Amino acid sequence: MRYKLLYFASLADRAGRAEEMRDTSARAPRDLYTEIARQHGFAFSTDRIRVAVNGALVGWDHALADGDEIVFLPPVSGG
Amino acid sequence: MKRFRLSDAVIDAGAEKRALEHPAAGGCVTFEGWVRNHNEARAVLRLDYQAYAPLAESEGEAILEQACATFGLRAARCVHRVGALSIGDMAVWVGASADHRGAAFDACRWIIDEVKRRVPIWKNEHYADGESGWLHPDSTPVDPSMI
Repeated sequence: MRYKLLYFASLADRAGRAEEMRDTSARAPRDLYTEIARQHGFAFSTDRIRVAVNGALVGWDHALADGDEIVFLPPVSGG
Repeated sequence: MKRFRLSDAVIDAGAEKRALEHPAAGGCVTFEGWVRNHNEARAVLRLDYQAYAPLAESEGEAILEQACATFGLRAARCVHRVGALSIGDMAVWVGASADHRGAAFDACRWIIDEVKRRVPIWKNEHYADGESGWLHPDSTPVDPSMI
């Protein structure tokens, strides 16, 4: 599967990029986050992160599809 | 017209307030969030806001929709800045109009609290000592109701 990942805030700083195309065997956000957190050194555990796929919030076990745009959202600080 | 917007330009509070007008409304309550020069005892020089725009807009709209239904509002609006801001700049504007003041006060407070809790916007503070950092303030787990 091939996904487009977008990174924001400290995750973008840590990954050193705002987006990447990734080929992976991960089929759910949970597996994908484990993979990229290890590679990029993300410190957030999954209970502090939300996941969006194609602009909508989803659960950690959501079934991903080829070409999905995926965002792992660290805790927000607007306002 | 969208009730929730992200803006990379100065917020026109007067124009936003006029959009709250309604013949049945007895008043409105507005909130302006400003960039302050300190945070947790550190001197702040300026800051940047970043947003995941598609989700920020849909979450913001959902919050205003929910506020209108819950508090019986005549109108509700919110604008949040993105990009580079200076001390004193307006970072966020919230307004709610209702038949009576109680609902307008309660809704305005609820809206800004929900925006801060749910909408994917992040603040990067630049400090006087040259450091900077993205704020991810809450050390508690994500509320499952937000997913």
